[in-house]
Amino acid sequence: MEQGILLSESTEVDFMIHGVFSYELFGQTVWITTTHVCVLFVMLIIMGFCLAANRAMKKAEEVPKGFQNVVELIVEMLDGMIGGVMGKHAVTFRNYIGTIFIFILISNISGLLGLRPPTADYGVTFALGIITFTLIHFNKFKHQKVSGVLKGLCDPWPIWAPINIVSDFAVPISLSLRLFANILSGTAIMALIYALLSKVAIAWPAALHVYFDLFSGAIQTYVFCMLTMTYITDACTTE
Amino acid sequence: MEFNTNFILGCSAIGAGLAVIAGIGPGVGQGIAAGHAAAAVGRNPGAKSDITSTMLLGQAVAETTGLYGLLVAILLLFVKPLVP
Repeated sequence: MEQGILLSESTEVDFMIHGVFSYELFGQTVWITTTHVCVLFVMLIIMGFCLAANRAMKKAEEVPKGFQNVVELIVEMLDGMIGGVMGKHAVTFRNYIGTIFIFILISNISGLLGLRPPTADYGVTFALGIITFTLIHFNKFKHQKVSGVLKGLCDPWPIWAPINIVSDFAVPISLSLRLFANILSGTAIMALIYALLSKVAIAWPAALHVYFDLFSGAIQTYVFCMLTMTYITDACTTE
Repeated sequence: MEFNTNFILGCSAIGAGLAVIAGIGPGVGQGIAAGHAAAAVGRNPGAKSDITSTMLLGQAVAETTGLYGLLVAILLLFVKPLVP
């Protein structure tokens, strides 16, 4: 295990989460990890963009130019995407879907900035999945009432209720695992290339970054938001 | 004890290799989806953007099963849950 492999200078393959420091809280050791640090960086980027956008929109003009164009383009794109899927429910969920879209997108492509993408930590994606799960069931009870939910549970026959419950709970798990595994595989492959081919990894890994960080990250963002919207619209629909 | 740890590591590596065989399924599925999307674009070139986004969504959902296999492989190789 101590020998280098062929083209590598070191055998260190490192794409794991590291602890930065820990503290005691109610007898539990709580670790602040690299994920927290990267989430903070992502937040800083988003907040900087928001402040700039706010300033640009304060002196907005009838005919947009420069940065105002960019902001309007983003908002119109998100509006179009959400309105196309959710129809009349779009007004309620526009803010939430737009927020998670921007957060996941910036998180996924933060690998380009040398950060470890926060979405390659199951804690982050599972939290997003739990929020989606809560929204689905809150809206189910709000729009279909208790009787509608019970009728949905006993869909073909009452004997199917356990299977329906399992499939309800599978939604946030599969949603979060899909995002997590996609980003983690990209991070792992890039780490393997940099560690094991370190002597020849000059310039050409940039092409792989475009695929694993930009393309895969954007697609997975789109898929996560699309599925969230589809599930929520399903829950809001009453027969 | 030394033998046991190495034996478990070796078996974990074999298990990881077997787990990523799961990649065959999504490969076939995504290929079929892409083929049908290409046929659909050929039939109706005007709907190209709609077809592409639907295809990408379906492929990303189909990819999940393969990713479960990958996840098992990564857990076996790097988290080493079986090593005492």
